[in-house]
Amino acid sequence: MDQQRIGELVRVSARVRQLIVEVLICAGCGHPGGAFSSVDLMVGLYFHALRIDPKRPSAPDRDLFVLSKGHSSVGLYTVLHARGFLDEKTLMTFRQDGSALGGHPIKDKVPGIEVSTGSLGHGFSVAAGMALGIKKDGQAKRVFVMVGDGECQEGSVWEAAMFAAHYKLDNLVAIVDRNRIQIDGFTEDILALEPMVDKWEAFGWAVRRINGHSMTEIVAAMDALPLGKGRPSVIIADTVKGKGVSFMENNPAWHGGGISGANIEIARADTYWPGDKGV
Amino acid sequence: MSKQSIRHVYGACLTELGRKYPQLMVLDADLKESTQSIQFERVFPDRYIECGIAEQNMLCVAAGLALVGKIPVVHSFAAFIAMRACEQVRTSIAYPGLNVKIVGTHAGVTAGSAGTTHHALEDIAIMRAMAGMTVFVPGDARELEQVIAAAFVINGPVYIRLGAIDYEDVYRDSDQFISGRATLLRPGNDVTIMTTGHLMHAGVVAADILKDQHGISARVLQMASIKPLDHAAIVAAVRETAGIVTVEDHNILGGLGGAVCEAACAAGGARVERIGVKDGFCGVGSCAFLLQQQKVTVDSIVLAVLDICCQKRG
Ligand SMILES: Cc1ncc(C[n+]2csc(CCOP(=O)(O)OP(=O)(O)O)c2C)c(N)n1
Repeated sequence: MDQQRIGELVRVSARVRQLIVEVLICAGCGHPGGAFSSVDLMVGLYFHALRIDPKRPSAPDRDLFVLSKGHSSVGLYTVLHARGFLDEKTLMTFRQDGSALGGHPIKDKVPGIEVSTGSLGHGFSVAAGMALGIKKDGQAKRVFVMVGDGECQEGSVWEAAMFAAHYKLDNLVAIVDRNRIQIDGFTEDILALEPMVDKWEAFGWAVRRINGHSMTEIVAAMDALPLGKGRPSVIIADTVKGKGVSFMENNPAWHGGGISGANIEIARADTYWPGDKGV
Repeated sequence: MSKQSIRHVYGACLTELGRKYPQLMVLDADLKESTQSIQFERVFPDRYIECGIAEQNMLCVAAGLALVGKIPVVHSFAAFIAMRACEQVRTSIAYPGLNVKIVGTHAGVTAGSAGTTHHALEDIAIMRAMAGMTVFVPGDARELEQVIAAAFVINGPVYIRLGAIDYEDVYRDSDQFISGRATLLRPGNDVTIMTTGHLMHAGVVAADILKDQHGISARVLQMASIKPLDHAAIVAAVRETAGIVTVEDHNILGGLGGAVCEAACAAGGARVERIGVKDGFCGVGSCAFLLQQQKVTVDSIVLAVLDICCQKRG
């Protein structure tokens, strides 16, 4: 991967962060923490890994993406906008009365959203079902699913993990946003998840652990898919919750909330990217 | 009249009860700030169990705690506690009749713009259908305090349903919640309005408009005790008034409206107009916007009552 391309992706990430700030100022509510932690991963997916075309959002051969941690919807909507699925006017209606863009993604309301999610755990199992169906049909397309680390406390996540390995779903790729924070605090204080790599391996998955804010590592992991023959792949991405906005970084208080008052200036300054407005 | 965040009032009540019942233990699934169980944790950290995002496990753990003499109080959003963990509640709590209190917050459409995944339009129906389960849906801060006190007198499972919004004060000093009884908020003989949860306020406002502007005397009954249901009050409404209007922040199937229809039929039948979510999912918007969209409003209550009166007279 040449540095030119990585540079482009990094610029897209910066622009997406800038836009998320604007959407959260406009909405006055939302879930910033987990959206900012997953921005670089989402950009890696939508601008590099996923075989998708915004002009043909329902193309039968497209790769599928499921945001199982549906509360990070503001990140998904903003990336969909950056990728050309969604206009800016619609983006700015996030969470407003009558909007198509709910606090959690709604299938069929806007192009590019494959599954309605928001109840933690569901999306991952739904993705496993999609991957199985696609495999039965002998199709080449892949299913990507992003899960939260806190979300991995749901028992059904491990039911799906067992299921996907049992049915050798090597067309399924899970990305765990390992930002180490849920709502009530740090995952390891609430209900410890480590050792994550060992757990996923024991469940039969091919695992790679990366720095989820290194575009080089993200792209390399996505280029290496599938990570194992006859096994589902999981990329465990170490991230920082609230990444990019100083007062949010690594702070459990910023799981949910809008950006207002004095925070507007700070968030805008933190996400400022010199001289580059367009995506 | 003033408004109060029902969840904050709840958290304070729970903490108070913690002093009274040393066996009381509080469980939550990564939502302690939202459910306000955090208030209890601050005072009784040793009796507070953070279960993580694992509601099904939490409900069965509560069953285990009850079996060894604790009084567990379990918290999450209504959508997750009543639906994700539904079978755990039914089989491990209701079936053995264990003394577990289950508190679901953000019920109805009060979660607003979070959207359908976070709305609970089914929880009353689900919980009501479980044998041995008591179901309370309080409508203001005072009623909540009395509901909580009553719930802890019951040695068995109780589901308590709360919203995420501020509740208008309605209860007067003379009003009293009693399990199995409707609370008479306005006497009247033309039509009966039966409300539950935060829509108690809309019921009273509608009755006052009916009286002042239309000369109609509407009886208002707050049905916070969904189960046990006050059959006698429903029989009286069937006999003494021209019809019943039910009002709830829930699907009209299986909730208050459903329960009242069942009882009214058994009493010989009456016209029952159900105001609530009409068997659909709600979209995105504030709670007030969604209720307006679903026509769960003071206006709708007034119109339903006028319609019943018109038919009766015509
Ligand atoms: C079944 C279910 N239980 C509870 C919630 C409430 N909830 C929303 S987000 C969240 C924390 C999620 O933590 P994590 O998966 O780590 O997400 P991130 O930190 O990436 O935002 C919780 C408990 C939910 N949406 N679904």
